[in-house]
Amino acid sequence: MNQAERACQELQAMDELAAKSSLIHRIGAGSKLLVTILYIVTVVSFSKYDIFGLFVMVLYPVIGYQFALIPVRTCFYKLRVVMPLVCAVGLLNPFFDKQIILTIGGVGVSGGVISMLTLMMKGVFCLMASFLLIATTSIESICAVLRRIHCPKILTSLLLLTFRYVSVLLEEVSVMTQAYHLRAPGQKGIHISAWGSFLGQLLLRSMDRATALYESMELRGFHGEFYYAAGEKGARYSWLYALGWAALFALARLVNLPALLGTLFA
Amino acid sequence: MYGIRIPHKKEGFFMHMADALLAPGVAATMYVVSAAVATVSIVKLRKEEKLQKQPISKRLPVMAVMAALVFAGQMINYTIPGTGSSGHLCGGMMLSALLGPFAGFLSMIVVLAIQCLFFADGGLMALGANIWNMAFYGCFVGYFLIYRPIMHSRLGGTSKGGARVRIIVSSIVGCVLTLQLGAFSVVLETSLSGISDLPFGAFVGLMQPIHLAIGLVEGLITGAVLLFVYEARPELVREANAEKGKYSLKTTVVILAVVAAIIGGGLSLLASGNPDGLEWALFGNEDAGYNANMGLDEENYGKSSGAADAAASIQEKTAFLPDYAFSGDEENPAGTTVSGLVGALMVAVVAGAVCTVGGIYRKKKAK
Repeated sequence: MNQAERACQELQAMDELAAKSSLIHRIGAGSKLLVTILYIVTVVSFSKYDIFGLFVMVLYPVIGYQFALIPVRTCFYKLRVVMPLVCAVGLLNPFFDKQIILTIGGVGVSGGVISMLTLMMKGVFCLMASFLLIATTSIESICAVLRRIHCPKILTSLLLLTFRYVSVLLEEVSVMTQAYHLRAPGQKGIHISAWGSFLGQLLLRSMDRATALYESMELRGFHGEFYYAAGEKGARYSWLYALGWAALFALARLVNLPALLGTLFA
Repeated sequence: MYGIRIPHKKEGFFMHMADALLAPGVAATMYVVSAAVATVSIVKLRKEEKLQKQPISKRLPVMAVMAALVFAGQMINYTIPGTGSSGHLCGGMMLSALLGPFAGFLSMIVVLAIQCLFFADGGLMALGANIWNMAFYGCFVGYFLIYRPIMHSRLGGTSKGGARVRIIVSSIVGCVLTLQLGAFSVVLETSLSGISDLPFGAFVGLMQPIHLAIGLVEGLITGAVLLFVYEARPELVREANAEKGKYSLKTTVVILAVVAAIIGGGLSLLASGNPDGLEWALFGNEDAGYNANMGLDEENYGKSSGAADAAASIQEKTAFLPDYAFSGDEENPAGTTVSGLVGALMVAVVAGAVCTVGGIYRKKKAK
């Protein structure tokens, strides 16, 4: 399976997840978007040594995934994309920050190790939250919310159109790549002699296709804006959901909850 | 670097910022500047709409298809001869050469948004920074400072062969420069966020050479694609048939030299041993031979008062840029070790229990 085919399958899988029905799916897209942004801002605002304080933030995605009826492991595949840069930055911290700031069972842990772990946790948590949003919300709902908060219609329309076109072109690239590799077995990528023509041909075809697309859209009454059905406001508990999580995030940020829990039981 | 295969990697190896690498303050600033550029682009497109009497809605499908093409095109691996590794297409430069900088910028925003939302490439909070690092430099700096001056120059002569040379040269120079700027911005944003302990200079030294090689290959690929389009449909490539002589070869070289000097000078200034210029200006640096520049005493600078202490306490609680010390316990920056560990373990147990219960419920529902 080539990259384009894999990407196509990923898009399909996300679409299928967003079409499911659960408590989280029924919540308004605006509330979910707000909670996700608040969550990410809270997570990244933790100090780089505050590993225990940060750990409590795992509960939001974990609980969210259960109520959305999505296994947590589904998002881990996505980590391969976001983690290299995070790891590259984090892995160097132990070499520069060697001050021991924590002792566990007589073994000293340096600040660099703590900050590396915190950074990786932040990366994973933020990804889990973004994935939860997109796995429970369709792109149309997100665009509708963006329009409601006065995001320019050119951007939302462009996002919707591009999203629909991405899968078509991915399929085409996938077929082209497969055909090329069948004719050039054992070759890793596209040979330098075909660098220009391979994508260039698809580009020219796509340009013509775009013109045909516009004409057909115009015939169906398109004048630059997509219209969204009224009443797609989500469940009545949507804002309660947002308020509840916002309060919990604020509490987790201001009070070191794991330490507090620990003092009660240790 | 290219030997490492990561799916969906494009536009440089380390160019997509993750949320974890940015402090909220830096991320918000990047959102604001990127939104400002997007606003300018939309205004310019509306002006073009009035001038050309062609509605933006007519350009939308072309912009969308081109954005989708860049996205799909970045899934193609191009073999680099003699290395056994592969490179990818440089989206920003190609979009601005075919759609123009303003439409190209908006299309790049959409590409980055889809990458971020559906492929976890970059983060939701880091989207503003990614737009700046990849779309702004690629579409505006690459187009106005490199692509257009070179395409208007007499580089390579006035024949059709000259146009081919100009397309290739502008693609390579444009991709190299924009990737260098993007990589530098990644370092700057990460350093300003206080995320990495890696010194700024070392970080720059690590990122820039990697992206020099990547930019060179991406420039060649972009140039090859643009050249093919130019051969088949010359009217699609912007400025390819522009009137020559607006910028002479000498002027073009001078522009490129000035750009290089500005970037080089900027980098060396920022990477110098005096990272905090404000601090230096206020307190001086006796080790470097400068005495107190403004006559201020660093140790006793600022007055202590009840209001100042209260403000400092509020700032500490609400600081968006996380500082280096753990709040409340200066002696032990990781907090209360034992209670913290016990608490974290309890959170893990709760999280595990939630997952188990959820799994059992899903299985029951599936039956």
